[in-house]
Amino acid sequence: MSDTRTPGRLFRMWDNDIAYSFRKSPLAIVSGVVALVIVLAAVFAPLIAPTNPYDPSGLNLMDGFTPPMAPNAFTGNSFVLGADNQGRDVLSTILYGARISLFVGFSAVLFAMVLGIVAGLVAGYRGGWVDAVLMRIADVQLSFPSILIALLIFGVARGFIPPSQRETMAIWVLIVAIGLSDWVQFARVVRGATMVEKSKEYVQAARVIGVSPARILLRHVLPNVMGPVLVIGTIGLALAIIAEATLSFLGVGVPPTQPSLGTLIRIGQQYLFSGEWWILLFPALTLLALALAVNLLGDWLRDALNPRLR
Amino acid sequence: MTLLAAFRRSGMATALATSALALTFTVSNASAETIRWARVADALTLDPHSQNEGPTLAVLHHMYESLVRRGTDGSLQPRLATEWNIHPDDPTVWVFKLREGVTFHDGSPMTAEDVVFSFERVRHESSGFQALHTAVTGATAVDDHTVHVQMAGPSPLYVQNLTNFFIMDSGWAEKNDVVAPQNFAAGEESHAVRNANGTGPYTLVSRDPEVRTVMAYNNDHWDDAPAVTEIIYTPIAEPATRVAALLSGEVDLVQDVPVQDIQRLEQTDGVKIVAGPENRNIFFAYDVTSEKLASSNVDDNPFAHAEIREAMALALDRDAIKQVVMRGQSQPSAAPLPPFVNGWTEDLNAYSAPDYDRAKELVSEIYPNGFSFDMHCPNDRYLNDEAICQAYVGMLGRIGVEANLVSQTRSLHFPLIENWETDFYMLGWGVPTFDSAYVFDFLLHSREDGFGSYNGSRYANDDVDAKIESLSTMTDLEARNKVIAEIWDQVMEDRPILNIHNQLLAYAVRDGINLEVHPENQPQMSTVTYDN
Repeated sequence: MSDTRTPGRLFRMWDNDIAYSFRKSPLAIVSGVVALVIVLAAVFAPLIAPTNPYDPSGLNLMDGFTPPMAPNAFTGNSFVLGADNQGRDVLSTILYGARISLFVGFSAVLFAMVLGIVAGLVAGYRGGWVDAVLMRIADVQLSFPSILIALLIFGVARGFIPPSQRETMAIWVLIVAIGLSDWVQFARVVRGATMVEKSKEYVQAARVIGVSPARILLRHVLPNVMGPVLVIGTIGLALAIIAEATLSFLGVGVPPTQPSLGTLIRIGQQYLFSGEWWILLFPALTLLALALAVNLLGDWLRDALNPRLR
Repeated sequence: MTLLAAFRRSGMATALATSALALTFTVSNASAETIRWARVADALTLDPHSQNEGPTLAVLHHMYESLVRRGTDGSLQPRLATEWNIHPDDPTVWVFKLREGVTFHDGSPMTAEDVVFSFERVRHESSGFQALHTAVTGATAVDDHTVHVQMAGPSPLYVQNLTNFFIMDSGWAEKNDVVAPQNFAAGEESHAVRNANGTGPYTLVSRDPEVRTVMAYNNDHWDDAPAVTEIIYTPIAEPATRVAALLSGEVDLVQDVPVQDIQRLEQTDGVKIVAGPENRNIFFAYDVTSEKLASSNVDDNPFAHAEIREAMALALDRDAIKQVVMRGQSQPSAAPLPPFVNGWTEDLNAYSAPDYDRAKELVSEIYPNGFSFDMHCPNDRYLNDEAICQAYVGMLGRIGVEANLVSQTRSLHFPLIENWETDFYMLGWGVPTFDSAYVFDFLLHSREDGFGSYNGSRYANDDVDAKIESLSTMTDLEARNKVIAEIWDQVMEDRPILNIHNQLLAYAVRDGINLEVHPENQPQMSTVTYDN
């Protein structure tokens, strides 16, 4: 930094430790690109996709089971990745399905993150009985598999929602169910980091000059615990996408008329024996690529943020 | 054999040990065979008079017995009754001679008293079979093995209604406080729901609902000993998993074979397909009566308009569903009655080709912006039920009607119909009596006095009701058939039901097992034979 020119903001972002570690890791670059491509394709699905699979008026049942790259015997229509059992273009359905999977994944992780951070900050900073109660709840929840908790929450929520709104609410229920089953990881990490930070001198100093606890937590402690939270968040995103796929595969997720990747896999596996492999294979590959890429990014981020590995 | 069964249940048995043991036992019991039977769904209950529903009846027929039974050729055969006829002096009385020497599983003898009790129980208001017995006014035991059933009027066809009427032990029912049938729609539990005490060829060994039901041969059964001495019944809802279980040797018989897999299974070594038409129709029905639909975005009831029902019929492409969803394994038809059934005609069967332009026009004349509603559909009951509904959602989309598909498991789906909580639903209906009256009584008569328990469309036509009621007491069959035709004409004009097709049945079994397709889809394991 002996250069006399002041580096631009972009350059500083490019030149910091994390970016350096990213540039030096081919695995991180590949997973980053794969994840970015899938996310962009999903976000811009309405512009990219050849058809809109959610618009029932555009479907023709006779297109059903058209193999990839071969014209249908009745309609003459041809699909790059084939058509599913309802005559939907598999490529378009994957793009729209990835949209739902990613939306549910991101929202659920965000929900879990906010919940976990608040609980962790409060527990770590206040200590005492607040800490004890929050952490015992977390312990109890940790002793159940998170997919089971999500199923339980999903079932209970469905009981409270009037039947006519269940299908429209399904996505939100899914987000809350996955989010609630996942907050514990965040809470524990944030609590640990908060307990370390709160005894440091800058926090003590802030307290002495009369800064309110809320402000101390948000302005001083939170930024210093965000590193590990981001790592868990990234890995959690992959897990949330898989959790959504699992729930949809089990038939309790989004309705079949608006399939996510998990729903598509559920539909596709019915036709595996009869030879229509494309209905299962392409959505499954997309899910695999997405979850793997995000997970590898999470691993890389963990290493990059770990001072001992630098 | 019980030793062997206990050994297997303990979970220690390996395939080798089992076959070794089976060999040892061959000396004493020449045909000790276990059949592992899988199908899409479990029995909803073991109470014999609660649910008139396919898988429930198919399982119950092994533990409980009816007075008469339906053979695979459709004919009536003696079972607990050896003879049945109309009383020579009184055309309103049916006389049943009961088989002698029959005992229930707990050892108590089956007498006329139990039959009379069962006639009372099946007519109780919580019974799912009331509509079959509305013409009965009472039953009396003349002696230990003769029962007289008093009808409201001459009912020459009544015996056809008895193929799924199970005889229950009156003493056992009183002892266990199950004198009234389980009220399924209200979610009631009772002793009879998880226990069974019938006269059937198999006794209940263990039952884990939705997981596994084990039955063993009843050594005291009156009929010839069957080849199958143990039945392990496993519901497997997922079609691919069901087929995989057969291919991997986990099960021996698969009912409800997914249509997409039939061709492949036919070509697979060691497995064969037994096929035949099923006496069962799959249809949609509308709430035609309510002022306003619970799930619609418009303020009145679109289904109350005849034009809308016509449009929805014009949008249903039955041939496309047959071709793509059912892979040819269905017989499309306009009226909800299979060709076996008395009252069926070519005209009732004929359906019009879809006409989306005309349908769209009909809808937009009344609802320029279209309308929406919830479509309720089971996803584990009929062949490709959810896929059929999904396909129809797409077809409706083309005429400006937005259907929100709600597909769920049948224990959640069927109460919606019984409790009138659905605007539009899918249902499949088998006709065990082989007579149109069965369809009329349950689906089309207004819901009153035990009639119309599956009339989810709230269809009520006084003229039709009166004609339906007159059928049960008509003795002149030609005149009766004329009334049946009149009822069908009226119903087809009113369109409370939108029929899709008749299901074709296919069972997949391991080579060496012989079993015929039963038109009511109630295979009897006691009729299974093995090649040697």
